Amino acid sequence: MQVPAPFEYERATSVDHAISLLERLGGTARLIAGGHSLLPMMKLRLANFDYLIDINDLHGELGYVEAGPDEVRIGALTRHRELLESPVLATAFPIFADAERVIADPVVRNRGTLGGSLCQADPSEDLSAVCTTLDARCVIRGPGGAERVVSMEEFHVGPYETAVADDEILVEIRLPVRPGCGSAYAKVERRAGDWAVVSAGAAVWLDGGAIVDARVGLAAVGPNTTGIPAISAALRGREPSESLYEQAGAIAADSCDPVTDQRGSADYKRHLAAELTRRTLRRAVERARS
Amino acid sequence: MQVTMTVNDVEVTREIEARLLLVHFLRDVLGLTGTHWGCDTSNCGTCVVWLDGEPVKSCTVLAAMAGGHQVRTVEGLAKGAELDPIQQGFMQCHGLQCGFCTPGMMMTARALLDRNPDPSETEIREAISGQICRCTGYATIVRSVRWAAVAEAQAAAQVTETTESSEAGEIDNAGQPAEAVA
Repeated sequence: MQVPAPFEYERATSVDHAISLLERLGGTARLIAGGHSLLPMMKLRLANFDYLIDINDLHGELGYVEAGPDEVRIGALTRHRELLESPVLATAFPIFADAERVIADPVVRNRGTLGGSLCQADPSEDLSAVCTTLDARCVIRGPGGAERVVSMEEFHVGPYETAVADDEILVEIRLPVRPGCGSAYAKVERRAGDWAVVSAGAAVWLDGGAIVDARVGLAAVGPNTTGIPAISAALRGREPSESLYEQAGAIAADSCDPVTDQRGSADYKRHLAAELTRRTLRRAVERARS
Repeated sequence: MQVTMTVNDVEVTREIEARLLLVHFLRDVLGLTGTHWGCDTSNCGTCVVWLDGEPVKSCTVLAAMAGGHQVRTVEGLAKGAELDPIQQGFMQCHGLQCGFCTPGMMMTARALLDRNPDPSETEIREAISGQICRCTGYATIVRSVRWAAVAEAQAAAQVTETTESSEAGEIDNAGQPAEAVA
């Protein structure tokens, strides 16, 4: 039987209450949302905390997808299934549904949350790659209601490490909306619902047939969720074409840093990084045009 | 700590350790051993129960997290002596062999039909994709869920029809209810 080490359970009744609990309990406490990353780690005693603060009751406050004129705002407690079924995201950023269809399974998706996924900061995690692709901004709230907004690059400090301090909570993800956008996600996995061998997200913004901007985010190819500025630079101002996707794929393969493990060799993962970059860019352009 | 939740419409209060998982609370504290305990890693899905009407893997939910919420287990599927159509479907279509995955499969299937009364085979396979049948009896599980969907549709049609001729037809063991007798 796998059972976590003993801890005390607290339940937050509001975001501010959660922060006040974190202020009091500090690094000995951890927030628990869906729990589908944290509890397995605690069962294996890879993570041990004196206190767990259950924030699931805050879903009313932090579970939403809202479309604004300049950005889409998603509450950190929005569950995978809500992201998958969101009409707002289906229209603005179909990359989310692409990714959600291949994250775990429908029952797990009933529990897991966007904020939990990002805060887990697993380099193989899909939504981190999605948010990197979309140039997301993360809203972090701390004591006294003070909020700061950081980019995904700033948010994701390293494997299992984020910019969220001991007395802070990730409350919202903001996705900038620009015209002419298309986006897509693709993942190669060993079996349905597994972690990625490699996955890639792509977003393009077209104007008059030319690429105004493009972003590619990769997962599972290095210690960090990887956004690739060199691809953006290579694509800006160009007309979409197969040879351009080829070029972007080659940059992706060169830019990443995969390791050989039970999921595949480093060479195979580089091959996937190139191929999935090509596929998702192609798809993103098709969607931007439709 | 003390936890109070509603399990199969009955409110229960127990003194527990905070680290107790919902699956063990149901099985070991309440004695509801219909919910099975399998992989312990949220992969196999035999521990699926409902939390506020949504299927969840109870090996990865703390009992404390269910406090104040509604839990439904496989024991809460039947209405008295009357089996749920999902349970009837599993009987009719050989939906279980060893029976280990069955409680989780049935809870997920029931939730699926509640949201989508007429799921395709693909939709059924997607819904149970987080659950493993160690007998590999997926074909008959899918057939069982289809059986229940058709049976429920026929029962609903029967309720709305007023003439005797609308009685639902026989349902055969191959899983597809026969055409209603006109």
